[in-house]
Amino acid sequence: MSRLIVTNIGPATSVQDAGRFGAQRYGLTPSGAMDRLALATANALAGNPQFTAAIELGPFGATFTAQDGPIRIAVAGASRGIKIDDRVLPLNQSATLMPGERLVLGAAREGVFSYLAIEGGIQGEAAFGSLSVNARAGLGSPVPRPLQSGDHLDVRAASERTEHALPVLPLSPDPIRVVLGPQDDEFGDAVKTFLDGTWTISATSDRMGYRLEGPVIRHQHGHNIVSDGTVNGSIQVPGNGQPIVLMPDRGTTGGYPKIATVIGADFGRFAQMPPGRPFRFQAVSVAEARRAAITFAALLHDLPARMADVAHFEFNVAALQNANVAGSAVNAVDARTWQSELQQDQQP
Amino acid sequence: MLQKGSQTGMAAEFLPPRILPSGDAAITVEFSRRIDDDANRRVLALDRRLKAAPIAGITETVPTYRSLLVHYDPLQIDFDSLASRLIALAAQPVTDAIASKHWRIPVAYGGEHGIDLDDVAKTLNLTPDALIARHTAPVYRVAMIGFTPGWSYLSGLDPALELSRRQEPRLRTPPGTISIGGVQTGIQCIAGPSGWHLLGRTPVRTYQLQRDPVFLLEPGDTLNLYAIDAKTFAEMDRAAEHGEIVAELAAS
Repeated sequence: MSRLIVTNIGPATSVQDAGRFGAQRYGLTPSGAMDRLALATANALAGNPQFTAAIELGPFGATFTAQDGPIRIAVAGASRGIKIDDRVLPLNQSATLMPGERLVLGAAREGVFSYLAIEGGIQGEAAFGSLSVNARAGLGSPVPRPLQSGDHLDVRAASERTEHALPVLPLSPDPIRVVLGPQDDEFGDAVKTFLDGTWTISATSDRMGYRLEGPVIRHQHGHNIVSDGTVNGSIQVPGNGQPIVLMPDRGTTGGYPKIATVIGADFGRFAQMPPGRPFRFQAVSVAEARRAAITFAALLHDLPARMADVAHFEFNVAALQNANVAGSAVNAVDARTWQSELQQDQQP
Repeated sequence: MLQKGSQTGMAAEFLPPRILPSGDAAITVEFSRRIDDDANRRVLALDRRLKAAPIAGITETVPTYRSLLVHYDPLQIDFDSLASRLIALAAQPVTDAIASKHWRIPVAYGGEHGIDLDDVAKTLNLTPDALIARHTAPVYRVAMIGFTPGWSYLSGLDPALELSRRQEPRLRTPPGTISIGGVQTGIQCIAGPSGWHLLGRTPVRTYQLQRDPVFLLEPGDTLNLYAIDAKTFAEMDRAAEHGEIVAELAAS
């Protein structure tokens, strides 16, 4: 057994896996990783099943220290500087920390969330089949809250397998695809405003919801509907006409009309959208969204087969030397971002 | 400012129900636009039919006041096939023999436990006692559970007690809060934000992780509320803290 010590950490970093499903009928929030492709990538590199619990890092930096034994890790998702003591580690490449070695992660540069996967996963006690942190409900393991400096995680000692790498895919600038509804008929012509508009994500966003800034979306029949069920990616429009996209720590029901839903295949890419970057939505049919879901599932499934042994993997050394590691400024991110408690618009 | 509430007034029910996509992995089966007892019965009946005879690919269901949210795995079933099966199931008559439990739930009204009670009574032109009497009179049904764990939305509120939500939601309201929001009343389990009017608190935990059952109430259960004093609340709250249910299960 080895231990990973949390030496230094910012807000919004927590243990997450696929999430907690089956009890939404009792109001139990699913939680789970914001970006499943990034979680599955880190896990593939660490030799784990795709949705094994990993450490989800928010936009800030963090430092971990290995103790008692070797620990195999890999980091995927938002790019950031990564060092093991003084050695640079590329994103999307596994490595083994020896006892006493420090893993230093910088602030996110492209995207928001990165996943630190550990070979063998994290020791913990699952509730409703998940270790994912849901602080409000007192759920999550080994601690039912975001990680803090001084925490330690029990993990398996690294095996003898070789280190692996995967190519880093740039984030696509394509529009975020949505399926209109379930309450798009509440909006009339404002659906066109929504689809034609250029949007940015507000800095007051978190794992419950991303607030959008852009054109005002007017309701035809008022903004109070009778509360009904929500999903990851539900785009609800409160009275001020500025939509909120519901994220994995969402309430399971909500009382604002929902104009559209981000499709599953684009959800992680949307979650990685940094505050302030302009983007657009594009409506697709349910059938097209399903085809995208099938392609996305195949991509996740094929990750282990696409890995290369690090000894045969070429990467851009110059880019690594410019790596921006911990201690650097958190660009474009307000310190209050990603640590807001509950939002005013999130209510029964 | 408190304002007298009004019911969201769109045209009523949908027969057959509307089948609405909620993205690529969920379908909303909507029976009505508004809070409607008959629609809620249809929601619960469809939910129970799906429980009795599961359709491969459905991952979970979330019953609400007027619609059933059906989560599914798009890799296992496509929208059109699932939609047609749901429409067929929803067309079956509601037999009404929905097995459910009946609970008696204690509530400490007013004072520190219900800081809005006096204001709400004033707005509704009632005395606080008359408000409590009207709020404890109905047999409520758990129409849905949502938002946060164990947050139970009840149908059956006396229309004289309807009241629009507060203009400024509170960021933190206490666990066990009993409140009114529009035409709805409810039992909140864990502390959280709310724009509803706070009438009282119950010591009953509708969600408690280390207890069996973790979730006390099921959508479709019925219940009565009854008033207790602050001392009884404190005693029951201690017992509940140690895992006692403290709600009474009555013969339905």
